[in-house]
Amino acid sequence: MSASVSAIPMDIAETSAPAVQIGDLHKNFGGLEVLKGLTFDVVEGQVVSILGSSGSGKSTLLRCINFLEAPSSGTITIGGETVRTKVGKTGDLVPADIGQLNRLRTSVGMVFQNFNLWSHKTVLENVMEGPVFVQGRPEAECREEAGEFLAKVGIYDKCDAYPAHLSGGQQQRAAIARVLAMHPAVMLFDEPTSALDPELVGEVLKVMRALADEGRTMLVVTHEMGFAREVSNRVIFLEKGTIEEDGSPEDVFGASKSERFRKFIAG
Amino acid sequence: MTGASFFDLMNFGPNGWGWALITAAGVTVMVALAGFSLGAVIGTFGAWAKISGRGPIRVAAEVYTTVLRGIPDLLVIFLFYFGGSLALTAVYKFFGGEGFVSFPGFTAGALAIGFTSGAQHTEVFRGAYGAISQGEIEAAKATGMSRMLLFRRIIMPLLLRYALPGLGNVWQVVLKESALVSVTGLVELVRQAQLGAGSTREPFSFFLAAAILFLVITFVSNRVFRFSEAYFSRGVRGTR
Ligand SMILES: Nc1ncnc2c1ncn2[C@@H]1O[C@H](COP(=O)(O)OP(=O)(O)O)[C@@H](O)[C@H]1O
Ligand SMILES: [Mg+2]
Repeated sequence: MSASVSAIPMDIAETSAPAVQIGDLHKNFGGLEVLKGLTFDVVEGQVVSILGSSGSGKSTLLRCINFLEAPSSGTITIGGETVRTKVGKTGDLVPADIGQLNRLRTSVGMVFQNFNLWSHKTVLENVMEGPVFVQGRPEAECREEAGEFLAKVGIYDKCDAYPAHLSGGQQQRAAIARVLAMHPAVMLFDEPTSALDPELVGEVLKVMRALADEGRTMLVVTHEMGFAREVSNRVIFLEKGTIEEDGSPEDVFGASKSERFRKFIAG
Repeated sequence: MTGASFFDLMNFGPNGWGWALITAAGVTVMVALAGFSLGAVIGTFGAWAKISGRGPIRVAAEVYTTVLRGIPDLLVIFLFYFGGSLALTAVYKFFGGEGFVSFPGFTAGALAIGFTSGAQHTEVFRGAYGAISQGEIEAAKATGMSRMLLFRRIIMPLLLRYALPGLGNVWQVVLKESALVSVTGLVELVRQAQLGAGSTREPFSFFLAAAILFLVITFVSNRVFRFSEAYFSRGVRGTR
């Protein structure tokens, strides 16, 4: 198989429904065109590594998927449901139905570079917040489940600690548990290990690898080439707001025709 | 001092001034609390207007804070008292009454304190909002929180964490400002001390008693603020 634009591993592509569909997504900041019309689907179970040099629009792409950033034009479809939009005052697209967006957001988890745990809540409270207050599920059930997710990411013993008292790696694992507690259909990761001391990167990657092995749908912006090669089953290389490469890791890393991609991995 | 000692005057018997002063201290706390609360409400809107209001709203908020910081507090009290009295008198005349109707001193004082401290509340809340990490707000949005939930569960507690030290200062100012409300004839602590001084010719004893009661109020409110600050700064590095 050559590194064609739609090189999705066939076993997944044929049996699974699209979890996220991005249609002709454009984003401008003032006069700066950051995303220049991206179109691609992510099917259930796919683990997509999004690579690209700094400023190529990777974060903007992820943030447009859950409307933390307002797209300038295009469509975002989550689990078959397209986010309804209207043109806002700035000319960008704003949600037409904030209730719909908030409902869809509960199925799209996001892990940030700087963790962004709620600093006034303990680790356990952080993990319970969404299920209890956004999804309105019974507190006792959520507490038990939160404990299980924290055990799964290996920080059950930090339940009652506040984020400021944890290491970066522990905070990021708590942030992952917070996302898992929502039972998301898709997880977005924006450089989840970039803010970590080198010796803490491994513990977070290990958790992410376990999630990938469970068959979760993940979009991961990362500079960890090992993760992109070994864990993800699809690699998208973004360059100046367009998709320059899209295919299986073997194809993209092994046989990329893109001069820029080869330069990028050469460092 | 002539004849009577401090403790003879300040007892709680039928001829003592104890209860009168304690009651007046209660009035001081009430008028300060009412003004402070009104100021907090005004400050919430003021900060919102300055942070995210459109052009005219933001300009109105700027004008409000600039004007109220530029006018002496005593003058604001007079304006509310006599302005309110004028309005009441006009209404009274309209219904066939005659003469001057004075505006309730408590209401005038609370309004005046509310509007002056509202300007300070605005700045405190705006500064505190600026200190909240945008990332924590984004994480809440990404979780699907509605605006109400986001405000109640995330913004409000973090806002108080950063606002409480400033609010404590505003409260101190408000408490002292409440003494000025005595000019309206409201029998708060200072006015009561004046009345006692006039009727017994023991001014020093009465003003000393008023000063002690102010200190007690300050001491108690400091404790309340310190307790609240500790509560709302939970999770801050260096605290437990
Ligand atoms: N809020 C913003 N306002 C203006 N420009 C922005 C904003 N966010 C990102 N940009 C610009 O958009 C481009 C892409 O940014 P980003 O998506 O963060 O890139 P990446 O994550 O790939 O490093 C950069 O040139 C950046 O300066
Ligand atoms: Mg980025």
